[in-house]
Amino acid sequence: MISDREILIGLYTKMLTIRRFEERVVEEFRAGRIRGYIHSYIGEEAVATGVCANLNNADRIVSNHRGHGHCIAKGADMKRMMAEIFGKKTGYCKGKGGSMHIADFSVGMLGADGIVGAGLPIASGAAIAAQLENNGAVAAVFFGDGACQEGELHECLNLASIWKLPLLFVCENNLYGVHTHRDLVLGAKEIVRMPRAYHIPSQVVDGNDVIAVYEAAREAVEQMRRGKGPHFLECKTYRWHKHFLSEIVPDRRPPSEVEAWKKKCPIRTFENKALKDGIVTSADLNSINERIMQEVEEAVKFADESPYPHPEDALDDVYSA
Amino acid sequence: MRQITYEQATLEAIQEEFRKNPKSIYMATDLLIDLQKEFGEARVRVTPIAESSFVGAAIGLAGSGFRVVANIRMATFGFVATDQIVNHAAKITYMFGGQAKFPILYRMTVGAGGSAAAEHSISPYSMYMNVPGLKIILPATPYDAKGLFKTAFKDNNPVISFEHMLLGGMQGEVPEDEYCIPFGEARIRRVGEDVTVVALAKMVNESLAAAEELEKEGLSLEIIDPRTLVPLDVETIRRSVSKTGRLVVVDEACPTCGAASEIVSQVVEDKITFGELKAPPVRVCGLNIPIPFSPPMEKYALPDKQKIIDAVKAVFSKSK
Repeated sequence: MISDREILIGLYTKMLTIRRFEERVVEEFRAGRIRGYIHSYIGEEAVATGVCANLNNADRIVSNHRGHGHCIAKGADMKRMMAEIFGKKTGYCKGKGGSMHIADFSVGMLGADGIVGAGLPIASGAAIAAQLENNGAVAAVFFGDGACQEGELHECLNLASIWKLPLLFVCENNLYGVHTHRDLVLGAKEIVRMPRAYHIPSQVVDGNDVIAVYEAAREAVEQMRRGKGPHFLECKTYRWHKHFLSEIVPDRRPPSEVEAWKKKCPIRTFENKALKDGIVTSADLNSINERIMQEVEEAVKFADESPYPHPEDALDDVYSA
Repeated sequence: MRQITYEQATLEAIQEEFRKNPKSIYMATDLLIDLQKEFGEARVRVTPIAESSFVGAAIGLAGSGFRVVANIRMATFGFVATDQIVNHAAKITYMFGGQAKFPILYRMTVGAGGSAAAEHSISPYSMYMNVPGLKIILPATPYDAKGLFKTAFKDNNPVISFEHMLLGGMQGEVPEDEYCIPFGEARIRRVGEDVTVVALAKMVNESLAAAEELEKEGLSLEIIDPRTLVPLDVETIRRSVSKTGRLVVVDEACPTCGAASEIVSQVVEDKITFGELKAPPVRVCGLNIPIPFSPPMEKYALPDKQKIIDAVKAVFSKSK
């Protein structure tokens, strides 16, 4: 168990930041101020937080359509994120990407990618780069149980295995691909056994326990930095919202299931334990929460007040100079 | 000047650039003894037969500061990795607002004529021309192959090199000194007065042969090889058509929505050039069928010297 208070507070702060950011995104979406497809990360905060706490700017990650949490965990700036989600000129991608395609190369966040499984090959490339640079850096890729149905997972497990790539596979197993339960569409009843066929060290982690994720990732990353090859974490978790925010498409998951998982909230679980262990007081938690709320408000204000791109800005960036 | 093959020309270009750029990497499903011997197994990697993985890995490498050459070998295998090329490599610069550069050279062979049957005989460059964010080169000679490869390697965008499968062994003059050929500069292979023939890849040779023969009959052809399809040197083509008043485009790919269609459109959309036309432009393309295996059927499906001669004569005789 980690006893370092600073690390614990750091993990908590990051998780709560993601939660508050995502709550405001939902609010703004419902108010009609955000358009498009928004895939909320609420409920899965412990995974991105626990993994990225072990990474630095030289380490590179590749995210997916549900990517806001990965961005924040990797150190992206919330103002530029929110501005991008609003479609503003000051956003990370100048309004060309939106919610599904936020990237911040300066912190090693190589982008969110909207095609299920497609981030895996890209992350494999980042891992080859780390291997060639030979500076102890690693790569991590976040994907869901849906991507485990894609051939690219197998291609990349194979590639990482034969080349001993410093690549951390982080499967966020939230049980559903869009509306479809994985039991209907995935023959491998235990995802964790898939990487084992490629001789990749793998383990199942409680994806709602940030300390468990942090520790599992720490051990994996330490070994990867020493050239021991890839690792695979299957993090069992759950998203509170539908596949994407929508007023029209109903949530087809059993309400009792959603409620049961909400009771396993990664943030509440952490708070209860930290209070019980005497690591924090209620006052500490309140002050952290207030600070985060303020930061998120500033991000919304920045996004709101930022100008939209000029229509003809659409012609820029098709090619690099 | 010394003569080397098309294949050697591409290899030389890669060797020269790899010597200058330690942060460059080559991936292919084929063993590359010469390259691997010189640059080592870490930089020259034989990949599993898993096109999506290494075509996509090229994107991650490029986004991490490397220059990448990924040899997909045949264009037909490229379809296995189309998601990575079309959804990602082509769009990633734009989608991320130009935050990073993605210098990647994807190589694929194209073409028919080797009794390889339908799957392995395809020239799908126009499909990729339809995807903004990619650059497309189509070298027809060893000289162009080397010069365009050098430019492709230095380009900060994904470039696809389509190389005709029957050109690999073609001999041609290539200088010993280094040189680059800029993208978007067509090459006038033969100056002529009566008909402009824009030809792609192996059809450049067929068109040159047709021009030799027609010259004996007093018809003078101007043969233009665009060399790069994206960007396309429309100006050189329009200028030539303004001079001759007649246009024939020769491409062995299917005509529907093809590179030939695009070239004709670009010419006739220009008011001035349109006004100079003495006859409707004509496409000489492969038939709209999958390429058959058996030699007589395959020959029937593809353009050749005789079909070009017939088309040119028809255009000339129908002229105002």
